[in-house]
Amino acid sequence: MKALLVGEYREGKLLETTYELIGFAQQLKAEFELFLVASEDQLPQVEAKLYLADVNEAKEYNPALHKQLILEAAEKAGADTIVFIHSSNGWDLAPRVALALSAAQISEVVEIKEDGYLLPACNAKLRRTVKAATGKQVITLQAGAFMPAEQSGAPQVEKLSITATAQTEFLGYEQAEAGEVDLGKAEIIVSAGRGVGKPENVAMIEALAKALGGEYGASRPVVDAGWAPHDRQVGTTGQTVSPKLYVACGISGAIQHLAGMKKSEFVLAINTDKDAPIGEVADVLVVADIKQFAPALTAKLEG
Amino acid sequence: MNILVCIKQVPDMESRFKVAASGTWFEESDLAWRINEYDEFAIEQAVQLKTEVSGADLTVLSIGPARVKEALKKALAMGCDRAVNLVDEAAHEKDSFQIASAIAAFAKEKNFDLIFTGMQSQDRGSGQVGVLVAEMLGIPALTTAVEFAYADNSVTVRRELEGGLRAAIKASTPALVSCQLGLNTPRYPTLPNIMKAKRKEMLEIPVADLLKEEARLTTLSLAYPEKKGSAQILEGDVADLVDQVIGILKEKTAVL
Ligand SMILES: Cc1cc2nc3c(=O)[nH]c(=O)nc-3n(C[C@H](O)[C@H](O)[C@H](O)COP(=O)(O)OP(=O)(O)OC[C@H]3O[C@@H](n4cnc5c(N)ncnc54)[C@H](O)[C@@H]3O)c2cc1C
Ligand SMILES: Nc1ncnc2c1ncn2[C@@H]1O[C@H](COP(=O)(O)O)[C@@H](O)[C@H]1O
Repeated sequence: MKALLVGEYREGKLLETTYELIGFAQQLKAEFELFLVASEDQLPQVEAKLYLADVNEAKEYNPALHKQLILEAAEKAGADTIVFIHSSNGWDLAPRVALALSAAQISEVVEIKEDGYLLPACNAKLRRTVKAATGKQVITLQAGAFMPAEQSGAPQVEKLSITATAQTEFLGYEQAEAGEVDLGKAEIIVSAGRGVGKPENVAMIEALAKALGGEYGASRPVVDAGWAPHDRQVGTTGQTVSPKLYVACGISGAIQHLAGMKKSEFVLAINTDKDAPIGEVADVLVVADIKQFAPALTAKLEG
Repeated sequence: MNILVCIKQVPDMESRFKVAASGTWFEESDLAWRINEYDEFAIEQAVQLKTEVSGADLTVLSIGPARVKEALKKALAMGCDRAVNLVDEAAHEKDSFQIASAIAAFAKEKNFDLIFTGMQSQDRGSGQVGVLVAEMLGIPALTTAVEFAYADNSVTVRRELEGGLRAAIKASTPALVSCQLGLNTPRYPTLPNIMKAKRKEMLEIPVADLLKEEARLTTLSLAYPEKKGSAQILEGDVADLVDQVIGILKEKTAVL
């Protein structure tokens, strides 16, 4: 196997996920080279060949052009496997590259198996093992699933020349405004998930948080629906927290939520579904209706 | 304006899944089915757009067995004009490339100005079909949209990136937009609209008429995850559960 790893770079910085790609290739014991749209002063520390497209010309976002550049690098590298992170960059680019190479795409790999790759299915309740039926394959890795490689050495850079092409126009970045609560510092967090059922019930979770002396948080659907403000959101697109106690109320445990709270010291989950994937990170899973359990626990704590 | 929305019907994720005898998919009997969450955002966006531009025509398409007609009916009741079921009893055996090929073959000479898809399906979560359809049709794909605007044959989308960052991008139509959580709040169909939907066109096309491609991905097995550090499970009467939980918090954490 010969892999081309598509590194990530944003707002002038190399992203750490780039080292997860290298970690994956090392775990596979695959020969690898890298591709990056970046500036020369932000290169990964790795002893490998690197195809570099200058970000000033290629721009941080231009999938039509980046696809062409990746195809060129893949050809030069003689790569049969192209690897991305399953991120906003990766899931946008990978299918384009896969189609151009007539290659199978394997999305969101969490583990390497003897005969193929392991992927989550049905919101992480199940796992699927798959393999490509094609000569070439495109793989995206779940962020955080593979240990990042150690940073050492310097790449041998080959610059790619750029022929302008574009289907989309990039208008600029916008940063979500910072919120008022910093959940990152809270020692106790009680979070409301969609399982609380309706907006009024978020107050029930807030009350429990108060009774425990902590802050309340929320999963994304609760925030998207406007039941809680965005600064309460825990997860990849919200805040990353590591409290002493995290109470997940009616939260299924999707990977993007777990990414934000799995460093919590003790996790208590309340869920009507015994099989909910939150059970994989929880210390205790209480099988109960949160609408009954939360007020009862609050009352007992206050009484 | 000619609009296409692609929707997938998926099992309720709170179901108890059983691995099927084939060992490569789950048992489909006894499951409740619904529209893939991300695809409801796609329908809603298309319906909103239809009310903004005059003379828009909205087709909703789903590949799958007869049961997907329920999903299509809901989309019609939400405001789509016509439904197309690419009938496929074995849709779950098709890979994303095949699903995209069938959709692209259907869309090919129909000159859709805009195509909406979800960013991923909840059961398979591959996040491939939308981008593949756009590439097959040679039109721009704008993925992970959390905001959408249309004016004068061009679409502007806010893409969601990691860490609270968004990117604004723009493209001319025809284009494809894949929809992310938070894009909008999908409406509930009203009773009059459910009644009206019954008279709307529901076209059936055998998938074999459109799909000529072989699968590129092979599923070897489907299984429950190996339990790692699995949780202590507590069941029973709520009052007892509360006492047990307080006991555990006192014993194992420093918070009480
Ligand atoms: C790119 C991307 C980024 C994302 N970022 C984030 C993020 O930052 N944060 C985040 O949270 N999500 C994020 N998500 C969404 C994520 O994939 C899930 O959709 C989301 O976390 C699900 O939230 P939930 O668990 O509250 O809801 P659901 O998945 O709907 O789960 C509800 C749970 O409640 C249980 N339940 C139902 N009724 C009751 C009851 N009466 N009592 C007790 N339990 C009950 C159910 O069994 C179920 O387990 C992101 C998704 C994508 C694609
Ligand atoms: N069987 C299907 N019929 C119609 N549209 C589909 C089907 N499968 C996937 N899609 C569309 O493609 C999107 C991405 O799916 P996936 O690549 O499977 O994650 C979904 O959100 C749907 O909009």
